[in-house]
Amino acid sequence: MTAFLSASELAAKIKPGTKLAMPPDGSGASVGLTKFIIENGARGLHLICAPVGGLQVDMLVGAGLVATIETSAVSLGEAGAAPSFTRAIKSRAIKIMDATCPAMLTGLVAAQKGVPFIPMRGLIGSDILRTRPDWTVIENPYQKDDPIVAIPAIRPDVCLFHAPEADRSGNVRVGRRGELQLLAYASATTLVTVERIVEKSLLGDEATAAGVLPSLYVSAIAELKNGAWPNALWGEYAQDTGEISRYAAAARTREGFDGYMASFKQSMAP
Amino acid sequence: MTEATARETLIYTIARLLEGTSHVAVGASSPIPAAGAMLSRALAERRGGEGVRISILGSAEHNFFTQGAGELFDCAAQGRIDAFFLGGGQIDGAGNINLVGSGDYPNSDVRWPGSFGSAFLYYVVPRVILFREEHSPRVLVEKVDFISAPGTSPPGVYRVGGPYALLTGAALFFFEKDQGRFRLESTHPGHTVEEINATTGFAFACPPQVGATPTPKEETLALLRGRVLDELSETYPQFAELLHTDAIGKAA
Repeated sequence: MTAFLSASELAAKIKPGTKLAMPPDGSGASVGLTKFIIENGARGLHLICAPVGGLQVDMLVGAGLVATIETSAVSLGEAGAAPSFTRAIKSRAIKIMDATCPAMLTGLVAAQKGVPFIPMRGLIGSDILRTRPDWTVIENPYQKDDPIVAIPAIRPDVCLFHAPEADRSGNVRVGRRGELQLLAYASATTLVTVERIVEKSLLGDEATAAGVLPSLYVSAIAELKNGAWPNALWGEYAQDTGEISRYAAAARTREGFDGYMASFKQSMAP
Repeated sequence: MTEATARETLIYTIARLLEGTSHVAVGASSPIPAAGAMLSRALAERRGGEGVRISILGSAEHNFFTQGAGELFDCAAQGRIDAFFLGGGQIDGAGNINLVGSGDYPNSDVRWPGSFGSAFLYYVVPRVILFREEHSPRVLVEKVDFISAPGTSPPGVYRVGGPYALLTGAALFFFEKDQGRFRLESTHPGHTVEEINATTGFAFACPPQVGATPTPKEETLALLRGRVLDELSETYPQFAELLHTDAIGKAA
């Protein structure tokens, strides 16, 4: 059954060395839980971005909790480069496994289907493929002389995201954010923060049921108001562009990052 | 006669490059390509032609996808996307693009965000427009330090897509697929062939006569400053405001 926990109890599910998957900014990254993840302090995380990372990834890297990032990009969008990520690459503090968006998604789909790999077009001749010894080029078994890349399944230990609402049974409304459903199908454990918990059943309405992730895939939920902030949450609130720019400017130095995070924790305090 | 700003000429050029397409997708953080796609749609409607579909990532109103992040790539794989935009921290004369970083990989001297969808979309979207405003030898290099996606592929590798044009803040090039190189098509107002030669780090074909990039006429500008800015402001409010301020500055 889906557990209903506090935010800090939810963060405590993330153990040292966890393969932790997360969606992009504006598509349900649970930036609000970051404070609790940092307090929880599990290190050596292997982040899996589905398919790119943003603010939350940069904060976790800056806090020194990340060993490896598997992603097709890390960026703060309009606010520019992700400063902690950029610094960590330069100083060799993290291992990077560069990919391309559909390869990240294909790896997760392979896990969803319970198959070892799924073939994917593109990639041949790129340095992405050359620098990924864990990826293999195979021959199309149905047509001669047609090489194709076999993307191995990506099976996260835990995925974490934020959504507008959950019901008391643990069903979560994700709307058209199909990558959130994909993350849940592919991951062993799914942790969700929500703006609110509603009393009606989210599966009761035929018009919206297709956009609901059933509780079958949801391990634990914590209520966390403004949990996507300063990113947008669809149908709920817009992006706080000023705040993201403030982070981007502050995190350019190690000291600036520490200062920002101290006040960020304060501003998110319940 | 109202004059177009430099950015408006870029947007108009993109709209011209998209002529004849029926579905254009635009990636995240790409306000000028998004505006170009919207103008292309508005111009097609004005001509009374077939409707142009555009999918702007990050937009709720101008976006057809309901299945999540994967749908864009599946859609492209099925051949349902005619045009897309890619950029690059480095672009070389063979059409290779680098979105990862300069220097030795993986501990790049300068690290950029990463390859995003390029290592797939460059292979499967027929008309990929490379767009980068900065026209300098540090961007337009002889050989990229890291190939996020190659400009061409050897025979036997599945490749239905690839570079179509390269648009910078100074010039427009077309990609000659059989030669595997760029050909200078036109220079934007205020820029010369000599300057392009001096600021391009790779060799390219240069015909004896290179024209000027056409600028948008009055009616097109009105469409751009009206309908297109309105549409754009949903996803890129700050950029729409900037274009508006630019245009007022030009008129003053």
